[in-house]
Amino acid sequence: MNNNSQHSILKTQDLTIGYKSKNSKTVVASDINIDLQAGELVGLVGANGIGKSTLLRTLTQVHDTLEGKIVLNDKDLSEIQPLELAKNLSLVLTEQIVSKNLTVFELVALGRQPYTNWIGNLSKYDTDIIENSLKQTNIIELKHRKCFELSDGQLQKVMIARALAQDTNVIILDEPTTHLDMYHKAYILKLLQKLVKETGKTILFSSHEIDLAIQLCDKMIVMTNGSVVSDMPCNLIQRGIFNELFPKDLIAFDEKTGSFRVNK
Amino acid sequence: MSEIKTYRVSFLILIILLVACFFINISLGSVSISTSEIINSLFGFSDNYIIQNYRLPKAITAILVGSGLGVSGLLMQTLFRNPLAGPFVLGISSGASLGVAIVILGVGVFGGAFSTLLISKWSVVIAASLGSFLVLLSVLAVSTKVRDTMAILIIGLMFGSITAAVVSVLSYFSSAEQLQQYIFWGFGSLGNLSWSELFVFFCIYLLGLLMGIVSIKALNTLLLGENYAKSLGLNINKSRLVIIIATSLLAGTITAFAGPIAFIGLAIPHIVRQIFITSNHKILLPAIVLLGAIVMLICDSIAQLPTSDYTLPINAITSLIGAPVVIWLLVRKRKMMF
Repeated sequence: MNNNSQHSILKTQDLTIGYKSKNSKTVVASDINIDLQAGELVGLVGANGIGKSTLLRTLTQVHDTLEGKIVLNDKDLSEIQPLELAKNLSLVLTEQIVSKNLTVFELVALGRQPYTNWIGNLSKYDTDIIENSLKQTNIIELKHRKCFELSDGQLQKVMIARALAQDTNVIILDEPTTHLDMYHKAYILKLLQKLVKETGKTILFSSHEIDLAIQLCDKMIVMTNGSVVSDMPCNLIQRGIFNELFPKDLIAFDEKTGSFRVNK
Repeated sequence: MSEIKTYRVSFLILIILLVACFFINISLGSVSISTSEIINSLFGFSDNYIIQNYRLPKAITAILVGSGLGVSGLLMQTLFRNPLAGPFVLGISSGASLGVAIVILGVGVFGGAFSTLLISKWSVVIAASLGSFLVLLSVLAVSTKVRDTMAILIIGLMFGSITAAVVSVLSYFSSAEQLQQYIFWGFGSLGNLSWSELFVFFCIYLLGLLMGIVSIKALNTLLLGENYAKSLGLNINKSRLVIIIATSLLAGTITAFAGPIAFIGLAIPHIVRQIFITSNHKILLPAIVLLGAIVMLICDSIAQLPTSDYTLPINAITSLIGAPVVIWLLVRKRKMMF
């Protein structure tokens, strides 16, 4: 292992995720040990309802951890102040934004909020970063368009640009490829791969595009009933992990092509 | 910044319009006063009783009422992500109504101690403030327990229903004269505010407006939704509290001094969004302050029925003039900006 030469950005130690109410705890998954390095594109896959969103929500401090701890940049996540967290971790969520009556530039500029003054004025430095994130996501020509004029694919790029402008070393995306056609699914994931290479950020996304993720990711986190495994895609294929993702009555994983086939 | 520059012309026009409407508003009335007399009196060269103690306070009241209601409407619409929200969704006006109803109508029901209380201007103002303040406190107490912003909206509406029901019960037991007095308060009135009352009004208005300005950054962040806002490091609970208090201060004092003025708070933010085609609160807030004041001055000028002795209820005029404007804007642009 060459752990010494790499820098661990986001790490969990014996993490248990789930929901807490007054009297009871619902454990969704336990003993999660993942370790994300700088400059890695990481895909999180698993069946519906297995707890992908719960894991992402726990990693982003929307939910509390039940047990274990999360370490972000060598600091315990629960001890990081919200504003400090906003400078280290940015999000792209599945939910629609409330107002689409903003221009693309204005929306991306909102990513600079943790850095701006009390009324949100942008400095030259802020504008440069915004322009740069627009360029990196290939939407510079959309700069002055209103968000309600955009297609789903374009809007997703804008939301990624906004997360980039937040200038964090970790970006977490919750199912960035839903509602997109096949081309745009590949486009968005390829874009994430390019961003990881260009910026050295760590990008974690959840997705149902298992075959695309296998081809593009440096590392994958696979959630199955009972275990959460993280490794490089080729190792995961060798270990036969993908076969445990779904019930075997309908589809099976084909190791040669790296994709799922319907049983005939 | 370039985004501000593009709006500079629009703001200049609004400011000129505001000054023009202010002078028109002051020069119109049941007594005709010459232009030179008005100007001399405004700048303190001569004393004109009507201008200095009646028309000038009324024009200033109109400016404060219009801009204050517009701003509180904007705050509520953004906070609740709901274009139908207005300054009174938190039950503030119904709280004020309840306070006033208890003072005016309660005289008949409770008698005794109340009947000795003269129904003066100040007692109505104090009752309205107390009423809206109590409803506000209840909403705030609930809002610290409830995480969901939408739940606060529903709770505010429920408080409104409760107070409206109490007012109905009170009016059932009241005499015709008391009812008429209560209804007259409900018409709204910009006039008969003395300078000392206006001073108190202005101080609270300024405090509310400043809290609104401080919230501009938070409001813009909230355009993304609460989860995104949280991920940008915004303290949702704190911002929500500041926004609710700002609205209550503005809408509460306005209702206390001028009665429950309908329509302006809901409509002005929509009109400004249609004109400026933006959701950026740095542009919206000052534009709403200006346009709110302008619309209120125009409505008041019309309500005085120039050259006649009658003054129409301001509440009727705001809706009669304003509602068609909003309908026209929405139909013409076909798309609602929010």
